[in-house]
Amino acid sequence: MKLLTVEAFYTVAGAFLFVVAIRIARDAQHPRRWGSALFWMLLALTFAGGKQLPSAWVGCLVVIMIILAATGQVVRGPQAAISREERTREAERLGNRLFWPALFIPVIAVLGTLVLGHVHVGEVWLVETTQVSLIALGLGVVVALFAAVRVTRASYRAAADEGGRLLQITGWALILPQMLAALGGIFAKAGVGEVVAGLVTHALPTQVPVVAVVAYCGGMVLFTMIMGNAFAAFAVITGGIGLPFIVTQHHGNPAIMAAIGMLSGYCGTLLTPMAANYNLVPAMLLELDDPHAVIKAQVPLALTIFAANVGLMWACVYRF
Amino acid sequence: MIKLIGILLIVVGFSLRLNTLLVVLAAGIATGLAAGFSLHEILTMVGKYFVDSRTMTLPLLLMYPVVGLLERHGLKERAETLIRRTKAATAGRVVLLYTAVRQISISLGVNIGGHAGMVRPLVAPMAEAAARAKHGELPQVSVERIRAHAAAGENIGNFFGEDIFVAVGAILLMKGFFDAQGIPVSVWAMALWGIPTAFIAFAAMAWRCARLDRRVARDLVENPTTTVR
Repeated sequence: MKLLTVEAFYTVAGAFLFVVAIRIARDAQHPRRWGSALFWMLLALTFAGGKQLPSAWVGCLVVIMIILAATGQVVRGPQAAISREERTREAERLGNRLFWPALFIPVIAVLGTLVLGHVHVGEVWLVETTQVSLIALGLGVVVALFAAVRVTRASYRAAADEGGRLLQITGWALILPQMLAALGGIFAKAGVGEVVAGLVTHALPTQVPVVAVVAYCGGMVLFTMIMGNAFAAFAVITGGIGLPFIVTQHHGNPAIMAAIGMLSGYCGTLLTPMAANYNLVPAMLLELDDPHAVIKAQVPLALTIFAANVGLMWACVYRF
Repeated sequence: MIKLIGILLIVVGFSLRLNTLLVVLAAGIATGLAAGFSLHEILTMVGKYFVDSRTMTLPLLLMYPVVGLLERHGLKERAETLIRRTKAATAGRVVLLYTAVRQISISLGVNIGGHAGMVRPLVAPMAEAAARAKHGELPQVSVERIRAHAAAGENIGNFFGEDIFVAVGAILLMKGFFDAQGIPVSVWAMALWGIPTAFIAFAAMAWRCARLDRRVARDLVENPTTTVR
């Protein structure tokens, strides 16, 4: 038995979304109050009730959310603008105390990750042991929220409003990572990876050792860009290209192949809008005009690291 | 081959700049139908995977009220004040320092940071403030450039530090894959071979950060009119 599971934090997140939805629905100044409120309300439902609702129902809710987003119903509300002068005054009043709540989050997350998973009385465990780091992060945030409210002497309602402000800055892009994960799942079930691996091996002379390395690393980048996730690409491309050619045919070292292959996949993550949680959501969060600005900044990095990876693997994988 | 229709839809949809969520949904439905699933099965998959991946969104949702409240009370402004007192600070150096901290800590298994928790409230404002302390008000193009590089630093540090720590998702996933194939591979060997790329990634970031400072200096020459945001 587990006393505290990650479901508890999904419920908390659902409650926060619910509060924001209600505040939007009651805001007569909001340009699309009903559509936006409905969107956040449905998301609240999938968070708090995700495990109870039948998956097909959740699928329908997701479709409704996407229709709301695509028809321009999910937009930012008017934000009570707080002037820079006022924020500067607050910064002078509170000084370095402002940093404490923000520092509680990582400190508690790290300590909790180390300790919480081991706490149990017989069969009764304090937390779900498979999700310790997420639960520790959640606890860190709860403590930080208490601390932030104390330090700033604001109300919890103000915290919900400010959270809602950030939520509306991110907008519908918030659910993009989850939607892309769903697409990745469907791709995997449909066997898209096997088709891609087959195409690569047919198109290239993989009996040449260096071509096998390029095909494997390149395959990792391409398939990661398609899936938005290097982990999903790893099994497919390693099974389809890496193992049969680099390990079996050319007797390469599997540890070197896997380590550098995965890191090549990460170069793909830097390049793709499909990795929305790393590339698109931050662009929204930082209020950039160009949603692809983060990817553009990462292109030279990704290409450099990829080239180095290919060279490194070629130099080492057949030697050690 | 027909199963690749989803990828085609993604490419076409993204290049036509249609709503990304809609494109992704259409690609999922088309791929599912091409692979012979019914519409009900596809909706079930969408719902199941959507719920299973709530993990990706949860940290943002939990963090927003705290970060929002601290921002409202001047967190960014305080961070800017601190950085203005540091004479050696430039936008590139701030971003690079954060990348180093992020990469080293995660390689020891300590996952601190994140776009919502660190980059938006602290790293990006500090980098901007360092550039402002040097150049005065910045043109919008420089602000965008600095923020994008702050996000890139977070990603580089996170991705290329992680694989050095053995008890982490990527290494365990690779181990599990090889175990299933009956190939004996040590987790330590895989972690060890992640180290050269970690150094290369950091060196590449150092190069981009140095270039960022030069670009910001040049932006000012090219855009003498400044905007405040």
